[in-house]
Amino acid sequence: MSFSARLHANAIGWVLPVLVIAGWEIASRAGVMPANVLPAPSAVAEAFWRLTLSGELIRNIGVSTARALAGFAVGGSIGFALGLANGLSRLSRGLTDTTLQMIRNIPHLALIPLVILWFGIDEEAKLFLVALGVFFPIYVNTLLGIQSVDPQLVEMGRVYGMDGRALFFRVILPGALPAIFVGLRYALGIMWLTLIVAETISASSGLGYMAMQAREFLLIDVVVLSILIYALLGKLADSLARLLERLSLGWHPAFQNG
Amino acid sequence: MPAASLTAVRSFVAAPVPARPAIAVEGRRAFAFKGVEKRFGDKTVLDGIDLDVPSGQFVAVIGKSGCGKSTLLRLLAGLDRPTSGSLTLGAEEEGHSRTRFMFQEPRLLPWASVVKNVEVGLTGIAAGAEAWQRALDILGEVGLADRADEWPSVLSGGQKQRVALARALVGHPQILALDEPLGALDALTRIEMQQLLERIWLAQKFTAVLVTHDVAEAVALADRVVVISEGRIALDLDVPVARPRRRGSAELARLEGTILDRLFG
Repeated sequence: MSFSARLHANAIGWVLPVLVIAGWEIASRAGVMPANVLPAPSAVAEAFWRLTLSGELIRNIGVSTARALAGFAVGGSIGFALGLANGLSRLSRGLTDTTLQMIRNIPHLALIPLVILWFGIDEEAKLFLVALGVFFPIYVNTLLGIQSVDPQLVEMGRVYGMDGRALFFRVILPGALPAIFVGLRYALGIMWLTLIVAETISASSGLGYMAMQAREFLLIDVVVLSILIYALLGKLADSLARLLERLSLGWHPAFQNG
Repeated sequence: MPAASLTAVRSFVAAPVPARPAIAVEGRRAFAFKGVEKRFGDKTVLDGIDLDVPSGQFVAVIGKSGCGKSTLLRLLAGLDRPTSGSLTLGAEEEGHSRTRFMFQEPRLLPWASVVKNVEVGLTGIAAGAEAWQRALDILGEVGLADRADEWPSVLSGGQKQRVALARALVGHPQILALDEPLGALDALTRIEMQQLLERIWLAQKFTAVLVTHDVAEAVALADRVVVISEGRIALDLDVPVARPRRRGSAELARLEGTILDRLFG
């Protein structure tokens, strides 16, 4: 696909959001939508500008992003490591998989009261919740990816004299990669969701905290702004994951011409 | 794994080490099965196979489904071990890896370019620029040099199987084991592949063992046809027809008839 065609395909995804925002602005100006229910987009933009100037917005986005990434790094790497171990070793899988599947069925947000008791409202609480939320999609999909590697290719690798290391890096890991990327994208979604909930309930900084403070003072424009920024951050994370996917899965028919 | 240790795993009787006299290649033995039996549980798949194959011979192994012909090939390639009996491989030539296996499916790595897939055949033999050059050379021989940097997914079935052939041959094997590699191709591509295989075999003079269910293919390509029935060798037939052979000639048709009679008689 040519560059301009790709630009065109991307642009089409933005038609709907732009129309919704335009309609919303018109409705607000006409007085159909009272400002104490939903402020006009222009009022949200003003709040954005005000908070940017004061540095508050950037600081809170920074705090939330750092939390999200730290939790993701911890939970994601443990999930990836266990997924690999359980995919490659029958013993490891026998030992841990049942336990993990049981824990997986507990909604991790149900642990919030316990987590507050353990960690208070400090950073550890958020880190723990995000890490736990991110762990499972990465773990489950890494394991699934390794188990779904074509055994015929593994046999071929052995027949052609690959040792365990070569077999892993040239056959098993590339074969598991598409599933691992599915896990990554799920995990990124869960990462933001968990963080928002955790920050809304117990925090003294960050985007969720900013939104809750604004609610206290009835600053609806700031509340709406926070929600929009969450949407943008989520979209950004997903786009990054897709970019990585396209770069590393160039061989996959689904990513050719795309 | 170096070829030498692969051989060690596979020789159940120590291979005699000849003083390597300067005699004709044809005089030496590629491999020999002696009283080989293979059982899976109660089921006897191979029941006393004796087969002596001289170096450089093209042997076709024919039989109905489930007769044990694929098992024979897997034993030869070291993918399985015989329950009893012995399998002796001839002496190793320097710089040559022992046995290569060509599967029914191409089994190419979809995430590696065509040339990288061929380089898999040089695992433990060559690496880096040398491997790349050798892979490109053999790709030229199978007529795919211009596709070297493409993904396997854009190739046709016949082209994929040609890449698999290049991968099998790039390490200059002494024995090439082929497990119905042309079975899934359409009739015309198949004849093309047979001619390619024959041409490369004539040039490289490896020992070829082709398992097939196509009697016409067997008599067109092989020096010798072995028919397996119920785990035993039912017929061991020489094909003394000069090459290049003309497909559909009366001589080949007569041999084909003999084999079919034995299979269904």
